[in-house]
Amino acid sequence: MSNGNMNLTLKVWRQKNAETKGAFATYKAEGISPDMSFLEMLDVVNEGLILKGDEPINFDHDCREGICGMCSLYINGHPHGPKNAITTCQLHMRSFHDGETIVIEPWRAAAFPVIKDLAVDRSSFDRIQQAGGFVSVNTGVTVDANEIPIPKVIADEAFNSATCIGCGACVAACKNASAMLFVSAKVSQLAMLPQGQPERWSRVQAMVAQMDEEGFGNCTNTGACEAECPKEIKMTNISRMNNDYFSAKLFREESTHEHAAGE
Amino acid sequence: MSLDAKIPQGPLAEKWSKHKFNLKLVNPANKRKYDVIVVGTGLAGGAAAASLAELGYNVKAFCFQDSPRRAHSIAAQGGINAAKNYQNDGDSVYRLFYDTIKGGDYRAREGNVYRLAEVSVNIIDQCVAQGVPFAREYGGLLDNRSFGGSQVSRTFYARGQTGQQLLLGAYSALNRQIHLGKVKMYTRTEMLDVVVVDGQAKGIVTRNLITGEIETHSGHAVLLGTGGYGNVFYLSTNAMGSNVTAAWRAHKRGAFFANPCFTQIHPTCIPVTGDHQSKLTLMSESLRNDGRVWAPKTVETAEKLRKGQLKAADVKEDDRDYFLERKYPSFGNLVPRDVASRNAKEMVDDNRGVGASGIAVFLDFADAINRLGKDAVAAKYGNLFDMYYQITNEDPYTQPMRIYPAVHYTMGGLWVDYNLSTNIPGLYALGECNFSDHGANRLGASALMQGLADGYFVIPYTLGDYLATIGPKPVDTNHPAFAKTKQETVDRINKLLSLKGTRTVDDYHRSLGHIMWEYCGMARTEEGLTKAKGLISDLRADFWKNVIVVGENDEINPALEKAGRVADFLELGELMVDDALMRRESCGGHFRLESQTPEGEALRDDDNFAFVAAWEYKADNQPEVLHKEVLDFEFVHLTQRSYK
Ligand SMILES: Cc1cc2nc3c(=O)[nH]c(=O)nc-3n(C[C@H](O)[C@H](O)[C@H](O)COP(=O)(O)OP(=O)(O)OC[C@H]3O[C@@H](n4cnc5c(N)ncnc54)[C@H](O)[C@@H]3O)c2cc1C
Ligand code: FES
Repeated sequence: MSNGNMNLTLKVWRQKNAETKGAFATYKAEGISPDMSFLEMLDVVNEGLILKGDEPINFDHDCREGICGMCSLYINGHPHGPKNAITTCQLHMRSFHDGETIVIEPWRAAAFPVIKDLAVDRSSFDRIQQAGGFVSVNTGVTVDANEIPIPKVIADEAFNSATCIGCGACVAACKNASAMLFVSAKVSQLAMLPQGQPERWSRVQAMVAQMDEEGFGNCTNTGACEAECPKEIKMTNISRMNNDYFSAKLFREESTHEHAAGE
Repeated sequence: MSLDAKIPQGPLAEKWSKHKFNLKLVNPANKRKYDVIVVGTGLAGGAAAASLAELGYNVKAFCFQDSPRRAHSIAAQGGINAAKNYQNDGDSVYRLFYDTIKGGDYRAREGNVYRLAEVSVNIIDQCVAQGVPFAREYGGLLDNRSFGGSQVSRTFYARGQTGQQLLLGAYSALNRQIHLGKVKMYTRTEMLDVVVVDGQAKGIVTRNLITGEIETHSGHAVLLGTGGYGNVFYLSTNAMGSNVTAAWRAHKRGAFFANPCFTQIHPTCIPVTGDHQSKLTLMSESLRNDGRVWAPKTVETAEKLRKGQLKAADVKEDDRDYFLERKYPSFGNLVPRDVASRNAKEMVDDNRGVGASGIAVFLDFADAINRLGKDAVAAKYGNLFDMYYQITNEDPYTQPMRIYPAVHYTMGGLWVDYNLSTNIPGLYALGECNFSDHGANRLGASALMQGLADGYFVIPYTLGDYLATIGPKPVDTNHPAFAKTKQETVDRINKLLSLKGTRTVDDYHRSLGHIMWEYCGMARTEEGLTKAKGLISDLRADFWKNVIVVGENDEINPALEKAGRVADFLELGELMVDDALMRRESCGGHFRLESQTPEGEALRDDDNFAFVAAWEYKADNQPEVLHKEVLDFEFVHLTQRSYK
């Protein structure tokens, strides 16, 4: 079914589940077309494995157009592969050459345990968002949208932070497995907007506390996260969050999170 | 069984407010005594789960991805409509209503569509309050654009990522309720059946996608917000996991499936490059605001382009056929999707297609770049141009894009009444998985609107009426229906694992897709559809003998997940064909070659087909029974659509 002429060797991390130890296994990917996406190349390999009665390589994916954040893969030492500003599902085989050996690993971080082969558990990201990544507004209890004018530059900047897809590449790229870029993107988006002001100080504290609890590492400003982020989220978000975090700690200690004790 | 859509009487503009007043309310103190199951946490399900939890109900929500933030809604690019009239260009609730009814080729209910237009304005307020960063003008107010052939600017957008921003808004509202303990979220969990007790939906059967555990969950009501079934065509713009299983299982438990053949084929997608292709990528409709669609005038020129002997940018103006501008002078490149798609197909059928495969036409920005400058074009469409470049390795700033229609959206879905209730009491369907508001063709930027309308502003009212009626008595999970439905799910999984045949699930899926695209795609005939019916039923029989699913149930097993979904597509496909055969008229996305105007446009047959086709499942391999819900047009006068 494949229709190209590239032949590649894949060294793929296989791990049955979170409890067992994993190891690399080697596969041939043959007859690969340069027009295939990286995941389509894996589909071809998997079809072959299934026909032999072997278990296909497990990896996460869904939209295959760079927006859902489901795909991951650490390819030849880079989250989402060698090219900048794209996700694995947007990577095409024309970025590799015939005969190449490609090493494919899962995200590696204590807070992202492997669940099978190349798929990891990123529910820690959800829990951080649940801790405070929202504006507390109930459905229907709102004013007319244009009663909240927002200068275009601010709206645009908030948008830049809001484009994070929650894939976890920043954590995978960081030698400390820090989640600061991910957390700060949400904190900044809401801190820049008027809607986010009332909970600004409690939000940053709650989200950072949850981040620490999940076991993510500290930020030492190496910048690998920004370099590898498929959506080019900037480290200025981290500075903004740090500022807010210290302001909240120093001056607004009294502002405990509204939901700390349930409703 | 008779179909009662429960549309309230009275003038259009008063139907919804009167209805809301007449609905029963659940006493605030009692709300916490009700459990509500919400399957799917995209825009529709996510908005519903959050809003119902805010009201005080206990919600259990489910999705098959690892996080609610990844639902397929995330991929929507272009925008969301709302009748705010912020641009003062003559928009109104009535105009949005009218455009939607007309755009749907008069196959949607007036009452539903009017309500949709009415609540559209609240959606924008809600999303802005959540912090959704919509595009703004320099004065700080919200910006709008015109979208999909609309003659007013009513589309709100967030660059090319509107769906992402709206979904993250709903996700944040959902997260807040998870944090408060009012929503229990089950990720990586797939619903595989509905539990019906004495005719009412009382629970679901799920599979934990990590451990394989099959569980039952009970609730006073079950809401499905499980998205569309475009992947029945194998290739579509949908995400890989999008599927019909939840809706199809509900159908097999008695819920009617309405207008299954109404699928939307989007005109501007990146063409297929080979058999390895796993999905198709949409190039947003907004590109047609500035891009011009053309094909070479002659077969000879097309031939040269296909062989690479001529570059598109070098084709002389005289040798180009801007076919949409030529045929539809007043709407030009902005004709609705179904019209644009069919015309592209005509060019290809006429042997004037381009690209190596010959299955594409051009979408050209040269004029826009000349007129506005490259930077202005980049500011508007930069991310789409980059996406195009990533996939094709061609630069759309210097060569026109190659585009071709692809399956994009399904207007058909579970039949629901005005309250979003299926015909099984207690079972509701929201968003793309119901059939309700788009008739035979959905207008651009209207699906996000409908998903959020259903989730934020309709179901929170209508569900209360049902719950107040049945009362808060706990659901009896010892009822044999729970154990029985669970056992049937287990048996089905074991059957799939035991076949150990020789053809992969993907291979069957691909074959099904070919059949659907060829015979139930952009142009349909009696002969082709009849043939397709036989092909699908043979393929299905072969699947159940010969499919290979490796691995076990008690582990992550994507091949097993997919096998279950493809098995359901193989049944749905046949129903779509039956529906298309029955509907001997052309309307919207459903084009029967036998029913055309002399100019080759879709010809409706209002005398015989102004109805919703709701299909009832009887038993496997038995014909389904058709129920007709006649559409009454009290306020809008039916005309043939014309975009000339
Ligand atoms: C590429 C693309 C671009 C689009 N652009 C636009 C646009 O610009 N404007 C517009 O208005 N519309 C657009 N649409 C259409 C629109 O995005 C969708 O119709 C809409 O988002 C569907 O939302 P939903 O909530 O109904 O379903 P989805 O967002 O698809 O969510 C489905 C949910 O159900 C869950 N689910 C499904 N089955 C099961 C199961 N068996 N068990 C458990 N969970 C299950 C999934 O996990 C997910 O959470 C676009 C569509 C595509 C494909
Ligand atoms: S699969 Fe969605 S971002 Fe890659």
